[in-house]
Amino acid sequence: MSHIEILRAGVLTTCQDAGRPGWGHLAVPPSGAADHPSWRLANQLAGNPTGACALETTLNGATVKAHRNVTVVVGGAPCAVTVDGRPESWGQPVKLQAGSVLDAGPAEVGVRSYLAFSGGLHPKSSLGSHSTCLLSGLGPAPLQDGDTIPLGPSPAHPPLPTQWPAPWAGIGDEIVMKLHLGPRLEWFRPEAVAALTRSEWTVSEHSNRIGLRLEGPALTRSDPGAELPSEGIAAGALQVPPNGQPILFGADHPTTGGYPVVGVVGPEAQAAAAQARPGSRIRFVPIPMPHWSRQS
Amino acid sequence: MSTGRTTAAPRLRPLPAGPRGILIDCGTTAAARACYRSLQNRRMSGLLEAEDLVPGATTVLVDGIDEPELLAAELPGWPLTEEPEAAGEAVEIPVCYDGPDLEAVAALWGVRPDDVADIHSGIEYESAFCGFSPGFAYLEGLPERYQVPRRESPRTKVPAGSVAIAGPYTGVYPRTSPGGWQLIATMTNPGRLWNEHREPAALLVPGTRVRFAAVRV
Repeated sequence: MSHIEILRAGVLTTCQDAGRPGWGHLAVPPSGAADHPSWRLANQLAGNPTGACALETTLNGATVKAHRNVTVVVGGAPCAVTVDGRPESWGQPVKLQAGSVLDAGPAEVGVRSYLAFSGGLHPKSSLGSHSTCLLSGLGPAPLQDGDTIPLGPSPAHPPLPTQWPAPWAGIGDEIVMKLHLGPRLEWFRPEAVAALTRSEWTVSEHSNRIGLRLEGPALTRSDPGAELPSEGIAAGALQVPPNGQPILFGADHPTTGGYPVVGVVGPEAQAAAAQARPGSRIRFVPIPMPHWSRQS
Repeated sequence: MSTGRTTAAPRLRPLPAGPRGILIDCGTTAAARACYRSLQNRRMSGLLEAEDLVPGATTVLVDGIDEPELLAAELPGWPLTEEPEAAGEAVEIPVCYDGPDLEAVAALWGVRPDDVADIHSGIEYESAFCGFSPGFAYLEGLPERYQVPRRESPRTKVPAGSVAIAGPYTGVYPRTSPGGWQLIATMTNPGRLWNEHREPAALLVPGTRVRFAAVRV
């Protein structure tokens, strides 16, 4: 079994697996890896079963010491990888001997790298998930230098002899996302909806796993005085608080809220949002409300 | 007292909530409660596959469904059955009426501070929905004349177990957190509100009846 030791946690390194969806009615955020596809692929390349817990770093990577022989894959945001100071490959299995130190450097593009260890990580779990949730405090606390995390038994089958399937397209200076309009489109004037979908939005530095705060023209509501009774928030929701600057919710989003949601982005866009750096720009391509919602 | 009869169909309005979600606007709290129960029953009997059902004040969010348009097409004709009232005892929450906003609330209600305890503990509430923090339930039942606004500036630190009121709701903070509601009392054992090793982890799941009992210290 044994464990890994965090020598450098960086800005924010957390344990993440598939999260704990399905508990929204108890006010439990879904959490889980913010960039799901990258996390899943890193695990596959490490020979892990679907759902294994990996490390998720933020902007400046992390340094980890192995206390047993273990295979690790560094995926997600591309970064320099070294083992005991020697350069190693990003995006493919790297064998670590017990006592070796792996460093995942600062993200060259994107925000979050994933470190998947063969056997997976087994920190404390809560409601069936090892994921850290920044909003609710469920799961293990964000990692600190010196923390140790137990490793699971090595998988029976060896890691796949393969590489990241294609050079990581990464995140350009501008991310374009499909925005499915609704549920609360009617709370906004047509001019505000036009501004939403014609403007370029800048990702604020006050962004995290809970959500991306976007800066741009203020989106005004039809009736600024109206109050919306609290309602459930879908994954990928774009909520507009009273200041008119939207928040694109991420994995650790609140389960209910009292500000109108003007649109929702799908899973691909949620993964892209997880790799959007402060200062990068987002444009929304509107997908109209489906016909069934316009009959009333 | 209802006996499982069908109400004069409140109109359920499906709104899109992304490619895999529907927000059902039920119009009223009672309709939202009935709609949530109905969705739960459908899910339990295998008629509905959804990742999450999240009740709100007057809505239910159905998230993580493959074909939202099918559910949306069914909804307008759905008969909502008012369930008979939940069987069994209400959950009793022992509290000490010693909150820092007790006098302010008494002034807003036009009563003496001691009366706040009698009034607040004399009402039976029902958990309408959860939100804000795991285990925090929005408890309904305060008559309109006892509804007070939130504090003008929220507190940065509200201790776990604080019993608060705001708008149509009362609630108990399961863990220390920021909060803007008016604090009137303290639950003696707030650890009961959330216990990950219990099923369900939340004490006050939506639909639970709740009573507060004043204790003196």
